[in-house]
Amino acid sequence: MNRRRFVPLALFAVTAAFLAVGLRLDPRELPSPLIGKRAPAFALPLLHQPDKVFSHSEMLGTVWVLNVWASWCVSCREEHAALTALARAGGAPVVGLNYKDEAEQALAWLGRFGDPYTLSLHDREGRLGMDYGVYGVPETFVIDRKGVVRYKRVGILTPEIVRERILPLVKELQRA
Amino acid sequence: MPRFFLVFLSIVTAFSAFAASPVSENPDLEKRVVALAEELRCLVCQNQTLADSHAALAIDLKNRIRELLREGKTEREVLDFMVQRYGDFVLYRPPLRATTALLWAGPFILLALGVAGLIVWLRKRKPSQAEVTQ
Repeated sequence: MNRRRFVPLALFAVTAAFLAVGLRLDPRELPSPLIGKRAPAFALPLLHQPDKVFSHSEMLGTVWVLNVWASWCVSCREEHAALTALARAGGAPVVGLNYKDEAEQALAWLGRFGDPYTLSLHDREGRLGMDYGVYGVPETFVIDRKGVVRYKRVGILTPEIVRERILPLVKELQRA
Repeated sequence: MPRFFLVFLSIVTAFSAFAASPVSENPDLEKRVVALAEELRCLVCQNQTLADSHAALAIDLKNRIRELLREGKTEREVLDFMVQRYGDFVLYRPPLRATTALLWAGPFILLALGVAGLIVWLRKRKPSQAEVTQ
C-alpha cells in the first residue's frame, strides 16, 4: 500500500526524463544521408569570374571544407568570424557555395564583411544546394581526399565546433 | 481613362497568366506533382508537407518534382531522389527500418503495457469487491 504513494513521483521522474532529453534535441538537426557517400558532382561558375567553370574533380586529392552561404542569410553573418578563423587556420581550403543569391549582392557582402573563401561557387538557382540536401543556410561539409563527405553541420559554425570538431577531423583525414 | 484602365487590366492578367503557366499547362502532371508533394515533408517548416508549404525551398522542390516527372521518372524514382538528398525524414510516411522500428512499434507496445496494467489492476480488485457483495 505504501508503495502507491511513490507512483506520482515515478510518473513525474519519467516525464521529466523524457522532457530533459526531448527538449534538448534540435529537430532541425537531421542526420545527413550524404555522410560516408561521395559528394555530389558539380561544375559551377565562379562567383568572382562567372566565365570560369569549376568542377568537383579539381578538389580530388585535397581535404576541403564546403560552406553554403548567401547574402540574404542573417546567420551567415553570425558564423562569419568562426568561418574566417577556420580558413585562417589553414588546415584545409574553404570553398564557398553561394546559394540562391545574386552575384552582385554576394560580392558586395564579401567586400563588406571580408572574404574567407579560397574560391566561391555561384549556385544561383540552388540546384547544387538541392543535391547537397541543403535546407537551412548556413551549412558546412567536410570532404576527404577521395571526395567522400565526412561531416555536415546545419546551422552556424561556432568557435567550439571549428576547434573541437572540424580542425581535428581535417587533420585526421589529411593523415589518412 | 477607361481605356488606360483596360490596358492596365489586360497587362496584369497577361502577366498573371504567364506566372501561372507552368502549373496549368498539364493537369495530369500537376496531379502527380501534388500527390508526391503530399508524401514529402517541407524541411524548413517541418510539420507541413511540401504541398502545404510556400517556403522557397518547398517551391524549388515542387518545381524539381515536376521536372523529374517530365523527364519520365516514376513516382518511386522521385521519392528516391529526395531520400538520397534529405534522408528518410523527408518522407511523411517513414519506411520500416531498424532505426524507425520504435516509431512504428512504440504505440502498440504502450497499448500492450496499458492493457496488461489494466488486467493486473482488475484482478487485484476482484476479491475486495466479492467481500463487499457477500
